[in-house]
This record gives sequence, C-alpha cells and structure tokens, in this order.
Amino acid sequence: MSPDGTGEAKTPAEPTRPDEDAGHGHASTNASEQVGHPATDQSGGHRPDQPEHQTDGDPELPTGQIQTYAETAGTPVPGTVRHGMFGVDGSGDTSGYGGLVRREVVPGQTSPPYGGYFDDVMASFAAAYAGFGAALRRVVVDRGEITMHIAREQIAEVCRIARDDESLRFELCSCVSGVDYIDQAERLHVAYHLTSMTYRRRIRFEISTTIADPHVPSITAVYPTADWQEREIYDLFGVVFDGHPALTRILMPDDWEGHPQRKDYPLGGISVEYKGADIPPPDERRAYR
Amino acid sequence: MSTDAYATGRETTEGRVYTVTGGDWQETFGSGDPIDEERLVVNMGPQHPSTHGVLRIVLEMEGETVTDARAVIGYLHTGIEKNCEYRTWTQAVTFLTRADYLGPMFNETGYCLGVEKLLGIEVPPRATTIRVIMMELNRIASHLVWLATGANELGATTPMTDGFMDRERILDIFEMVSGLRMNTGYVRPGGLAQDLPPGAVAAIRELLPYLAKRVDWYHGLLTGQPVFIKRLKGVGFLDLPGCLALGITGPVLRAAGLPWDLRKTQPYCGYENYEFEVPTEADGDCFARYLVRMHEMRESTRIVEQALDRLEPGPVMVEDKKVAWPAQLALGADGLGNSLDHVRRIMGQSMEALIHHFKLVTEGFRVPAGQVYSPIEGPRGELGYHIVSDGGTRPFRVHVREPSFVNLQAVGPLLEGGMIGDAIVAIASLDPVMGGTDR
Repeated sequence: MSPDGTGEAKTPAEPTRPDEDAGHGHASTNASEQVGHPATDQSGGHRPDQPEHQTDGDPELPTGQIQTYAETAGTPVPGTVRHGMFGVDGSGDTSGYGGLVRREVVPGQTSPPYGGYFDDVMASFAAAYAGFGAALRRVVVDRGEITMHIAREQIAEVCRIARDDESLRFELCSCVSGVDYIDQAERLHVAYHLTSMTYRRRIRFEISTTIADPHVPSITAVYPTADWQEREIYDLFGVVFDGHPALTRILMPDDWEGHPQRKDYPLGGISVEYKGADIPPPDERRAYR
Repeated sequence: MSTDAYATGRETTEGRVYTVTGGDWQETFGSGDPIDEERLVVNMGPQHPSTHGVLRIVLEMEGETVTDARAVIGYLHTGIEKNCEYRTWTQAVTFLTRADYLGPMFNETGYCLGVEKLLGIEVPPRATTIRVIMMELNRIASHLVWLATGANELGATTPMTDGFMDRERILDIFEMVSGLRMNTGYVRPGGLAQDLPPGAVAAIRELLPYLAKRVDWYHGLLTGQPVFIKRLKGVGFLDLPGCLALGITGPVLRAAGLPWDLRKTQPYCGYENYEFEVPTEADGDCFARYLVRMHEMRESTRIVEQALDRLEPGPVMVEDKKVAWPAQLALGADGLGNSLDHVRRIMGQSMEALIHHFKLVTEGFRVPAGQVYSPIEGPRGELGYHIVSDGGTRPFRVHVREPSFVNLQAVGPLLEGGMIGDAIVAIASLDPVMGGTDR
C-alpha cells in the first residue's frame, strides 16, 4: 500500500446514472458563466455598420432544428453541416440514420456588456482609435475568451493601437495562427493572440480573406515576433502578408507547391497491408465526422 | 627526367620534391589570405552536433566576427498539426506529445487543457495534481538536457554525462508511471491515461532530495568556474525590449529581468496554490539564462514536493462516460496495456459497456464548436495551443505556439556582432528543440 492511497484509487468512481445524462452535462456549463444574453434569433445581432457577420451556413434553417452544443452569450450561427450517422458514403445504410442532418452551431455575435475586462478593453479601443467602430466587424465572447473580428485592411493599425495605448498595452503578440474555414466565402482566417503583461489580459483578433485575394497587411512592423509566424501561415495556408520583410516558405521546402494546411489539401499517405487486409491511409478511412 | 607542367621539381637533400602549381589559382586569389580580408559565408548545420537537432544557421563573417546570422528551419517538419485533423481528440495527444520531445508532459497538458476548456469540463483534483508533478519533473528533465548539451558544447563532458544520467532517473519515473520514457501519451482530455502505480509516489519522494543535491553539485561544478563564466558572461546579450519585440518568453525573458511566468501571472492547474519563486536575473546574457534555469530546477523540486503532499485519493478521469476514456489501463511488463478487469467487464458482463467502449474509442466524443487559446509555461516559454472545433469528433485545427519556434527568431540579434566561437553558446542558451520548432 503506497502512502498516497493509490491502491484504492485505481479506478474512477463509476456513476450509476445513464450515459445520456452525462453526455449533456458538460454542454450547458458555459452558458451560466456568460453574461449579457442577447436575442437568440439569428438576424438579431446585425448592426448597420457591421454587415459582414454570419455569411456561413444556411440562414433558412429553423432554429428548432439546430442542435445547440455550446449555448454561449453569442448569437448562434450555423456552422458545419453533417449528414448521416457515420459520415460514410456509399455503404448500404440499413440503420435509418443515413438521412440524419446535423448542424453545428458556432458562437456568433455577442452584444455588450461582454463581462470581465472585455468591456474595459473595448472602451479603451474605442477611445484610442477613431476608426475602431468601422474596423470592428463583430465581437464574440466564448468560453471566457474575446474574439474581435477586424476588417483585414485595418489589422496592422489596430495592433499598433493595442500595443501603444496606455490603457491597453498589449506588449506581447503571443501567437499568430491560421485557420481554413473551407465552408465560408472568406475561408482563410488569421487569428492574433495578444497578451497584455501589464494588465494580464488576453484578447484575440481575427481577420478573414478569400483564396482569390489572399492579401492582408503584415503586422511585423508592430510586432517583429510575427515575422516567422506570418511566414508559417503563408507557407501552410497561402495568406500573403503585404509589407512582410521576407515572405518565404519556412517549414516546407522552398520549391513546394500548394499550401498543406488548407482543408482541401490531402493529407497523403499510402495504404498498408495488415494480415491480408488493405488499410487505407488515415484521410481515406471510414470515419465518424 | 621529364618535366611536369603542373609540378616542377627540385632536388633536396631528402630527394626530389615536387611543388604542385598551375591553373589560375595564383591569379584568382592573389597572395593574400582570403579569411583575413573577405566576407565569408559559413553554413552551419543542418547536421551539426551543436545545433540541437536539424537547425541550419547561415553565418556571414568578417574575420571571426559574425556580421549576419540567419536561422533556417523546417528540416524536421512532420505535419503534426495536419495529422491531428485526421484523428480523434484523444488520439491527437499521441502526435502532439512528439512535437517538443523534451517536454512531452507540457505538450499533452497544454493541449488537454484547451480541449477541456472547449468541452467546458474540469478534471478531478488528483489528475490536476499529478499533471503538475509530471510537468515539473519534466521541466527538470528538460533543463538537465539543456545543461548537459550546453556544457558539452563548451567542452565540459562531465556535466554532459552526469546530466543525461540524472535525467534518466526522471525518465525512469515516467516509464514507471506511463510505460514510456519519452512521448508518454499520459495526459488525456478529461484526465490521465492511468493513475500513479503503487510505489510511484515513494519513488518520486526518493528522487527529489537526490535531484536537489545534484543541482547543488552542478552549481559547485560550473557556477564559479572562471572558464565557464568567461564563456557565458556578456555573450548573447538580449535586453528586455528586444525580448518583448521578438516575443521571447520563458527563461530567456526572465534572464532579462521580467518575472513573467504564466504559472504565477495567469495560473492554470492550480499553480496559484503552490509556493515557489520565479527566479530572474538582470544581465540578459547567457550566464543569466544559465542561472535562471538552474534556479528553476530547484523551484520545480519544491513544487513537486508540495504536490506530493496534497495528493489525495480520487479518480484521475472525469466521471462523464461520454468523454472519459478508460483510465483503468494496467501497466504490464511491456508497457501500458489492457486492464484485465476492464476487459472482463466489457467482454463478459455488460454488452452495453462493450458498445460504449467501442463507440468512445473508435468514434470519440464530440467537442462543441468554437475556439480557445490555451497557454502554459513550458520549459522554453509560453507553450500555447490554439484549438478550433467545428463540433466534430476530430480537431478542426490545432496550432501549437511553440516557444522554440518563436525564440529562434532571436538568433540574429544574439549572434550578430559576436565571435563565431560564441555563436554556439548563444544558440544553446535559447534551448531550442527542433521537434517543437518544426512540428
């Protein structure tokens, strides 16, 4: 018997309640932490100066059919649509679940008050930068994090304000990361995670652009640390950062074609024979989507 | 005797000596020494013993002074982030633990904290405490590798052999707990793969005084040594504004004077409940970074000690059966494997349990759509995970904010203006791990 009692504590307590209850237990915990619940209809969040939000998904969908996983303070926006139970095409479906259509709900727009320090940050931005209202497309507060969707032309300017203004002081650009939302018109997103060491705050800026016109301003003049991170996003997503001192590939070889982290870029791989069976590569295997 | 156009000969007391001449070498180079007066470009790496992996540095030099230094990375790019998008949320741990191979516990915990934030769940206290123990042991192990390799590059082989030896003691603990020395795959969304096996706590308790003693021993060996000081002091200087501009975090930032440690400033995993110091130095040079890391090892032993004291019996996986992977795996002779009890239950007693197990392991669980950024304090700085879910059973996007990747941008400022001999010391003081840098 070890002194910490690991002998008895080998297995976690097994709840006697049915699994169904447990499955939804976690989903609702977020909602209670959020503040300022706006109207829940999908068009309610529009403001005249922010026409851009909620372009993805199907606005026709009655709200009753939406399976809400994460009910947050934000107006929910339909996200990815999933068909069938197993996400497999071509196999004989006798279960009857093949016609199942599920729509994920992503946090849409949040209206003030945002809660916590977010309101202070927003007020400081508005005071420090006259064009902030025009630059800001929408705000999402979700899971205790704030995301400001910014018009991409303004991102370098907004970052400069964030760094220089006395009441903001986001000294550290923690992370610049790309995401390819393949279902959206402006599918290439860049997320900037800024940290204020003075006030111990974190915010996220997000901009989006299209494949046809993948140009966004570089923020390297404001945050030199974004240099390699922008190169990585150029390399893996094909976002072109105008004003970057040397925008070249960084992880892939210089003569590589294509941008591997895009969703329509195949993972690759070859099938493997195992005990007589042919195991396809990971991206071609039967999967639950 | 025939005359050779390219090798004229002359007679000496030792016999005939030929001097090779010819071609246009004389006209090309003249008589001067090219190293003396010309710009020289030296390619260091990617295969070089002191680049800590496959890092390539292109150095431009005037004589022995580095005038321009550029780091070239990507040689170890394995597409970990892309691969995660084709695996379940739990399987992604297997990939991410291999990114920064000297800090597997950090990779796993940082990712799992992010997934748990997306799920809106909180892991049991015992799981959190064990995570802290494992992370702090891992921090010591990582710093020991930095010490061992860094000192070895200066020609000091004793810290190298001893450092790796002591690190092995920590890896023994990892092996005992998870079945694997490195790439442990021990932390999972929702908790841990396995509770501590019997005897693990005693083994860690036994190891702690040894590690503390060894850190003192390294201090005695290196800290006051004149040659060591001369090689490190004033070398690879980077001040606080430089660190902030380049996004440098971790020991390098703290060696420039800013006590920024996420364990203190934005606590996670209950670090606010532990008593420990955040060591800082003011000099911003390689010696300051050395001192900071040495102190951090001591502080980590303190944290592990406190964590062991507050370790209480309890589950190590959330109770939600829709998320909880079976955490009843048994540690066998060949590593972490099936628990006979669990197999007996699902195969012999409950068909529903078998179905549930199959569904959970093959299909996985769904994570509500959204995005989070989950930063923790790794051994090299801020290790952040930007995780995006589209509501499915697989991550939509996992991006690792790797401190090695960001910190390597400082190669230019650290090396330029210094001597070629100091380049290696300066790179080592960043402690880059290429597995993490290239992912």
